Order: sequence, then structure tokens, then C-alpha cells
Amino acid sequence: MNQAVVALAILSAIAIVGAVIGFLARFHRKMDLEQWTVAGRGLGGVLVWLLMAGEIFTVYTFLGCSGWAYSKGAPIYYILGYGPLACVVAFFILPSIWEAGQKHGLQTQADFFKVRYGSNKLGALVALIGVVCLIPYLQIQLAGLGLVVEVASFGAIPRTPAIIVAFTLVAGFVLVSGVRGVAWVSVLKDILLIVAAGFLGFAVPRIYFGGIGPMFTALIHARPDHLVLPGSTPNLGHTWYITTVLLMALAFYMWPHYFAAAFTARSGDDLRRNAMLMPLYIVAMPLVLFVGFTALLVTPHLGNGDLSLLTMVQKTFPAWFLGVIGGAGVLTAMVPSAIQLLTGATLYAKNLYKPIFAPSMTDEQVARLAKVIVLILTVGALLLAIFTSPSLVSLLLLGVIGVSQFFPGVVLGLYSKRVTTPGVFSGIVTGISIGVFMALTGRDPYHGWNAGLIALTFNFTVTVIVSLLTKVSVAERETTLPAHLRADGTTLNKALSATE
Amino acid sequence: MERPSLGSLLVGAIPFVALCFSVSLWDRIEPRILGLPFNFFWLVSWLFITPVFIWAANRLDRRASGSDSAKGAGQ
Repeated sequence: MNQAVVALAILSAIAIVGAVIGFLARFHRKMDLEQWTVAGRGLGGVLVWLLMAGEIFTVYTFLGCSGWAYSKGAPIYYILGYGPLACVVAFFILPSIWEAGQKHGLQTQADFFKVRYGSNKLGALVALIGVVCLIPYLQIQLAGLGLVVEVASFGAIPRTPAIIVAFTLVAGFVLVSGVRGVAWVSVLKDILLIVAAGFLGFAVPRIYFGGIGPMFTALIHARPDHLVLPGSTPNLGHTWYITTVLLMALAFYMWPHYFAAAFTARSGDDLRRNAMLMPLYIVAMPLVLFVGFTALLVTPHLGNGDLSLLTMVQKTFPAWFLGVIGGAGVLTAMVPSAIQLLTGATLYAKNLYKPIFAPSMTDEQVARLAKVIVLILTVGALLLAIFTSPSLVSLLLLGVIGVSQFFPGVVLGLYSKRVTTPGVFSGIVTGISIGVFMALTGRDPYHGWNAGLIALTFNFTVTVIVSLLTKVSVAERETTLPAHLRADGTTLNKALSATE
Repeated sequence: MERPSLGSLLVGAIPFVALCFSVSLWDRIEPRILGLPFNFFWLVSWLFITPVFIWAANRLDRRASGSDSAKGAGQ
């Protein structure tokens, strides 16, 4: 029990320091919609880098990746494969998205579709899909958070109260400081995480096997198939790897909250530099995997692979250290869930509720509604996390399939003059239908192919064909032309231009 | 929006070949390098190599568009 008190005290201290940083980040800024959602487009390179990196490394990557290394083996390599590729994609598209955001005062992903395609309906569809896909992501963070506290308290504190306390803190600093608060909490979180991963990745294999190399030698002896695809799974082979890495790389910045993070940057060049440096941050990932591999040799019979990292820490180190790791774990859940809450709420208020029910809403009213939605989403996600537990991973995969369907609309929207609203609309509907059908009927992977990539292929084809069959409207043509858009005050942009 | 130049897209495609499409060429344990299985070593080394290619793509884009894409830059 004494151990639990030590671990928990340290864990709570870290979580509270994180939350306080979040609250203080507001300084004396007036929190209007523009500040709250995109930090007034004023975040410098380092903060944007930390914000984006902070969002990438979620508690799910921390626990889930060591979990996959433990239970599945080589298939987890997909995460090392797609990470740098997502950065390549980011390099090509984020600066253009930022530029469009700057020009038209965009705050959300749905804004982008709405303005680019001159269609409130398309904006609303994208917002709806975005919010629905964010919910399982949010839920996973909560579940992971519960797991961390449960292990760190040696089972003394059940997950439900832990989740409620942590999540109230999150909702608090989201409401007060918006995205700027999240960015500042990321600073603490990233430092802790890098230090924790760096230490564990080298120390744990060293303590049990004398180093990383000997650990791998032991693993190759004990489980010869574990370290090449398909690892310890029946069907996650090379085809699965290629299609999944491709889909994840393309889909990554289609998550509404990653997409919107691009708007917070001060310049497009900051985003280019970020894209160059981001792969280096992923170096923390292989270190986490070392811990999962070591766990497989040391405690081969865990019921839940997601527990492997925490179990190893608990087994190997004193309680205070478990508290530090637990604190890092709790922050890796709090940061992404904060940004997901904020993004989901803004999408709902600005791109779903306003155009459908109250077109005359002002920005202040949208901001107020969004904050109410933060509370509703918080309670909703809490209820979901408390009363449902199974197969969160499959829900998240469904989310990836969903958001990846935005890719053709975004890329063609940025670079093609010929793509049309009906084209993108029918493409998204086709892709979502096929993807959801395949995922829900157990066809993912389908003959080794990632279902999302199959859906995306159909989506792309339909988008192109329907676009060629329909006419580009005047509004669409105007938004594709570079420069000079803002000044002439096309009716489309008016609704959004209040902010800049 | 300005399209990325063909050159930069080609340079950007190289990591895709290395990390994704060529998996059957490097997905093996031997030879071990620095104690790591070969596939693991390959993936980790591309965490460091990919930034070089992104940097090169950036250079090519700059050259293709003059200094135009730098407008609004913080520098």
C-alpha cells in the first residue's frame, strides 16, 4: 500500500503540474474563437512542433505499441514505417493548407471543405464524419489513462474515479486556454515522455539481458517467427504492411485535430521545418518497442499485452519511478484528448449546428456553444469509457478508415482546378460506405489488403469520374485560383472572414 | 495553391519505396546490425534518412518557384 501512495503522489503531482501549465497558458489573452481554436495563428515553430508531436504520441502509442510488440511482434513495425512517410505527406500538403487557412480565416477541417467547394452541406458532412471518428480516439485515451492509474496504484484505485478526475482537469484547461493551453502542456509531456522512453528503452533490456542486442538474440531463439512479418499473427503479412503503411501515411493528417493544428502555425515555413524534424521524434517509438519485446521474454503470459510496459516498470523499478512513468502516461492521455475535445466541439458548433440550425450565429455565440459541447463531449466520452470496454482498437481502426476518405477532397482541392463538389461528395460517401461495410463485416484485412486503402481507391476513382462528368461552379473556380481571393469579398468567404 | 515540383515529388517518393513498397527485400533478421534485426535496423535508420529527403525536396521546390514559396516566412 505504501508503494501505491508514493507512486500515486508522484503521478498526481505530474498531472496537476500539467493542468496548471494548461490553465496559465492563457496569460491575459482574450479568448475569442480565433484564439481558442487556432491560437490566433501565432504559435512559433517550436510550440507547433511540440503540439503536433504531442498529439502523435498518445497513451495508445505508449501502451498500445509496446502491447503489439509483445503480443503481435513484427506487425508493429508498420508504425515505424508510416511515421516518417506521414511527415513526407505533411511536408507537401500542410503548408498549402496553412496558406488556405490564412487566406480564408479557416479554423477547422470542415471550414476548408466548405470554403474550397462552396458548400455548407459538404462542410457539414465532413464535420459529422470527423466528430464521429474522434469519439473512439477520445475513448481510447480515457481507457489508457484508466489503465495507467490502475497499475500505478497497485490496483488500489479503480479506473472510473481516476478517469473522471483526470478528465475534469482536461476539460478545465481546454475551456480556459484553448489550443494554446494544450500546446504548453505538450512541452512538459514531451520532455517527460522522451526521457522516460529513452531511459526504459535502454535500461530494461540491459537489466534483464545485458543490452538490446542480447535481448534480440534471446528473442530470436525463443520465438524465431516473432520478428519478421506476419510475426505472431496469422494474416498481417507483407501485403497488409504495404497497404496499411500507405493508408496510415495518407490518412494521418486527415484527422480533424492534426489537420487543424496546421492552422495554429505562424508560417508555412515553420510547418515545412516541422515536417523535416518530426521523424526524429519518432525515435522514441523503437525504444518503447524494446520494452515490449523484453516483456515477452520476462513475463510471457500477460492476459493483456497493453499492460506489458507498465508491468515491466512495476516489476523492475521502485515505486517512485512507476509514479514518474505513470505521470508521463497520464499526460500522454490528457494532451491528445484535450485537443480532440476542442476539435470535436468546434466542428460541431461551427460546421454542423450553425449552418443547419442557426446561420446567423456570431463568432461569440459559436465559441460559447463550442464550450458547452466540450462539456457534453466530456461527459459522453466518460460514460462510454466507463460502460463499454471491449475492442477499442477496432473502433479506432474504423476511425482511420473514416478520416482517410477526406484525402482526395483535400489534395485535389489544393492542386486541381477540375475537381467538383458533387465529385468529392460522392467520393466520400462511396469510400465511407465501402470502408465501414468491410470493417463491420470482418473484411479488414481483405485478402491481405487494408480495407481503408480499398475504400480510398474506390473513393478516389469515384471522385475523379464524377468530377469529370460535372461542371466546376464559379465559386469552386474562384477558390482554386491563387491570390486575390480575399479582397473581393465573395459571399462564401464573408461568413468566415470576421476573424482575421 | 502552388503545386510541388515534379522533382520534389520524386524525391519525396523515395522514402515511400524504402519504407513501404520494398518490404519484402528487407524484412529479415540477418544480417544483424548493432545487435538489431535487419528489418528493425532498416526502419530505424530511415527515421534519420527521411529528413534528408524532405530537406532535398524543399530545396528543389524553392529552386522551382524562385523564392516565392517563402513569403510569409518567419525569417
